[in-house]
Amino acid sequence: MNMLKLSLGPLQYFWPRERTLAFYREAVQWPLDIIYLGETVCSKRRELGTRDWLGLASELLESGKQIVLSSLALIEAESELGALRRLVDNGDCWIEANDLSAVQLCRGRSVPFVAGPSLNIYNHRALALLMEDGLRRWVPGVEQGEVLLRELRAATLAEGRCMPELEVIAFGRLPLAYSARCFTARALDVAKDQCEFRCIQYPDGMPLATREGKPFLRVNGIQIQGEEITDLGPELPVLRELGVDVLRLYPQFDGMSDVVSHFDLARHARVAPPRLAMRNGYWHGEQGMHLDGVAG
Amino acid sequence: MQLVCPAGNLPALQAAVDAGADAVYAGLRDQTNARAFPGLNFGDAELKAGIAYAHARGRKVYLALNTYPDSARLAPWYAAVDKAAELGCDAIIAAEMAVLDYATRTYPALARHLSVQGSATTAPALRYMHERFGISRAVLPRVLSMQQVQRLCESSPVPLEVFAFGSLCIMVEGRCQLSSYVTGASPNRHGVCSPAKFVRWEEHADGGRSVRLNGVLIDRFDAQEPAGYPTVCKGRFDVGGEIFHALEEPTSLNTLQLLPQLARAGVAALKIEGRQRGVAYVGSVTRTWRDALDRYRASPADWQLQADWQRSLSAHAEGHQTTLGPYHRRWH
Repeated sequence: MNMLKLSLGPLQYFWPRERTLAFYREAVQWPLDIIYLGETVCSKRRELGTRDWLGLASELLESGKQIVLSSLALIEAESELGALRRLVDNGDCWIEANDLSAVQLCRGRSVPFVAGPSLNIYNHRALALLMEDGLRRWVPGVEQGEVLLRELRAATLAEGRCMPELEVIAFGRLPLAYSARCFTARALDVAKDQCEFRCIQYPDGMPLATREGKPFLRVNGIQIQGEEITDLGPELPVLRELGVDVLRLYPQFDGMSDVVSHFDLARHARVAPPRLAMRNGYWHGEQGMHLDGVAG
Repeated sequence: MQLVCPAGNLPALQAAVDAGADAVYAGLRDQTNARAFPGLNFGDAELKAGIAYAHARGRKVYLALNTYPDSARLAPWYAAVDKAAELGCDAIIAAEMAVLDYATRTYPALARHLSVQGSATTAPALRYMHERFGISRAVLPRVLSMQQVQRLCESSPVPLEVFAFGSLCIMVEGRCQLSSYVTGASPNRHGVCSPAKFVRWEEHADGGRSVRLNGVLIDRFDAQEPAGYPTVCKGRFDVGGEIFHALEEPTSLNTLQLLPQLARAGVAALKIEGRQRGVAYVGSVTRTWRDALDRYRASPADWQLQADWQRSLSAHAEGHQTTLGPYHRRWH
């Protein structure tokens, strides 16, 4: 049985520069195989600019871990495309392509890429087409669960093709939506163009609750996440059987070292680990959220 | 600029054509399109009749095949492409790569438009879809400002279609999972957003009402307050102790005042949202835009926004309010 790899997904939140650098210098000591670096949510977040992320990537590469540079999920401006070109041209690292712009640039420059969860791949044909373009690893979107992956894998193998490396979101808040609008700025009643980077004050996003006070979503700039931190640890036996290669752990502000240790123990153990956070409904073909805590 | 109007059924298609649509877009009665609502859309005979009606008047019919089939369900999407070709649709509007690839290989002469659900917001993204699947037009997600639309018109490899009027998706289309997070049903996979079977209204003793989506409280309305449909993005929630429309108000997009700018930018087509709306909406909204476009074509320099156009459009808007949405920088 191949050992499952552990990855640290891209940081979805906006943290102060020193805190971010300290986090990754600590993370490189953790039992991780892959670290994704870069800004995926908002190009205005520049505590670390593109050059800083590239510098950090070079530094972390010395650890022997695989370093992947993640691209923005929503690209609107020419300046954002310029930053994407610099990432793709870095010369060493694969790219996590989070939109079609990144796919096209990687394809044009023959740079291997990981298809991130905000690219839409729902079937084996789309996957095969993107593999022709340089896709090496696939992180399915949040709504794609066990049944879809099982059928997709069977269809791929039936056509005599190989699956790319398969990486699933095993721990973290699920990215659900992206907009041109900044919802953090809206909540604080400031314009997006004068946002003062206020999301830096919410290192795990801003909680959004229903009118009866049930926690529901997280506001994270232009991104909306589910409130619940999901955990596929207890499903590890099924993940193995499905041929999952990599478990993705999304950074949270506190306690990530313990989370990584938990999954490191779990991947070496014969039995599934106890549940660390919430059950992921999507994985089981249901709605993503856990409804018992919400229905009034 | 071409005017592309919604047709949820045959009467709406005829109303759109009669009111001056250059093209209408329609869907089949299944999950192959993003308005898979009960009682809506076209069977084979209706689609055939609709195409005959439109073609007899020199108008076009596009078939929306803009959802994302998983591996076990590809056959119905391929069959829908076959149907579009056989019945003589002028184009398919698709987002998913397997569907586009099948259409490209099987019916190279059938035009392929990239759906808004394809989430292409940049020139490289559009080039990808053009080089890979030979798309001849793309519908832009409702995320770009007017200035960004102008720039993209200059660099795009294909003509662009933009949303001009109708319900406003505020998230990047094709990449919003708010509906499935709550209900398990998504626009991408099931062709629906916040489907009605999950909606539950509760009457209160004071005359007010609450509305839940699969048990999740989306909003509560006072007795006098107009109550809107409970999509997650238009609900009122508590953020930091304040209750407000945290994502967006119930409002519709209306870009009529931008018509000259859109024309000068080189936008090829204006899209009216609303296949789920009735004949009255389709006829009235189409007529207003037809009039505005005709006057612009006749004399661009003299074109002025008319108050009765705006009144008529507002009457059909969600919550009777309209916004320029992302076209206007302040909305962001």
